[in-house]
Amino acid sequence: MDQPVRNVPGTAHPRLPRGVRLVHNEAQGGWVLLAPERVFKPDAIAMEILKRCTGLVNVDTIVDDLAKAFPGAPRERIHDDVVKLIGGLADKKLLEL
Amino acid sequence: MLAPVNAPNPLGLLAELTHRCPLGCPYCSNPLELDKRDGELDAANWARVFREAAALGVLQVHLSGGEPGARRDLVEITKAARDAGLYSNLITSAVGITPATLAKLSEAGLDHVQISIQDSEQESADHIAGYKGASARKRALAVEVVKLRLPLTINMVVHRANIARVSDMVDLALSLGAGRVEIAHVQYYGWALKNRAALMPTREQVETAVAEVEALRERHHGRIVIDAVVPDYYARFPKPCVGGWGRRSINVTPAGRVLPCHAAEVIPGLEFWNVREHSLQDIWQNSPAFQAFRGTDWMQEPCRACPQREKDFGGCRCQAFLITGDARAADPVCHLSPHHARIQELANVRVDEPYAYRG
Repeated sequence: MDQPVRNVPGTAHPRLPRGVRLVHNEAQGGWVLLAPERVFKPDAIAMEILKRCTGLVNVDTIVDDLAKAFPGAPRERIHDDVVKLIGGLADKKLLEL
Repeated sequence: MLAPVNAPNPLGLLAELTHRCPLGCPYCSNPLELDKRDGELDAANWARVFREAAALGVLQVHLSGGEPGARRDLVEITKAARDAGLYSNLITSAVGITPATLAKLSEAGLDHVQISIQDSEQESADHIAGYKGASARKRALAVEVVKLRLPLTINMVVHRANIARVSDMVDLALSLGAGRVEIAHVQYYGWALKNRAALMPTREQVETAVAEVEALRERHHGRIVIDAVVPDYYARFPKPCVGGWGRRSINVTPAGRVLPCHAAEVIPGLEFWNVREHSLQDIWQNSPAFQAFRGTDWMQEPCRACPQREKDFGGCRCQAFLITGDARAADPVCHLSPHHARIQELANVRVDEPYAYRG
């Protein structure tokens, strides 16, 4: 169940669907992802990926961008993290592809 | 007495905008004594409550009731929630919300809609709701929600009359375009407690339904999110009710009384403060009702020394009172409660009698 069922192609443009919002809240200690009757606290890696899910860039571009921002991490590893997170969030209806 | 426990930041606000509702569901979680229309908070007061809630750290507001559509100023109230920076969730029976109102709510910034369904079979659904034609209207409004691209949750309350059709009800939610479905076994408070014998499923029915939900989750993974509220009369461990008393959520009644949970008024001797007289922050931090069972200092045995005490918080205070007569007792759902056998006895009382529909 933890493995995303969705295939995440490099050409997909992930974005937050209506009803899912990423907001900063001081009282709750930082960024939170608000969804239908659910609240998630993204960790630092998830945040880096989520803030790039604007619908304007595709998955390959997000991976390239992260590889540039974090030159210490191998691109393949970044790609796997991105696909797993985006696929998992899409399964939970927290992202649209 | 021990010093009060520091209040954490609440996450959710249940705003009961009105107790008025066209439906008569026999498991309604509203109290038997309903707040009257002429005592309801006005939109300006709700707007202030939302701003105060946001300042406290609340992230989501659940616009509920009764039927929130019974409020003529629902659009204004919804806009105020959005203006306060809150994520707004409309919890509706769908009866009393027109497509035109829905479009205005969407424009006002509504984030999510939850529609209840009573059964997958329309005749049974209307019988449970005590309202002819309710089922068709719910389906019609669900279509409008999806048309507006608003996310839709279908909520189904499960009990003896519909427990055999959990799978059909999930199929119905899928066909309506819901992204999420809530399968909520009846919790026995308010009207549900009054109708307990008529609603209570058998242990075998519950076990079948729970296994079915697991299979449905697997089958529909990625297509629809399935959240389930488990039936506690057949459980061995209590639920962490409202995520712990005065820890995560705030409930404001139509008349402005602020409760740690919607059923809290059944517990005698609790002093509830009203948003007309106090700020929400003052109430959250200092009102006697919120302090009463916050933390673990109030606990008795077997909770006091229990390794689960910070996880389930002793279960539900209202249920402890309703079954044992002592709100400080362990929730009798817990197998360690000396009253656990009583819960099992009560679960065995099943009578096919007409529902006492809510007033």
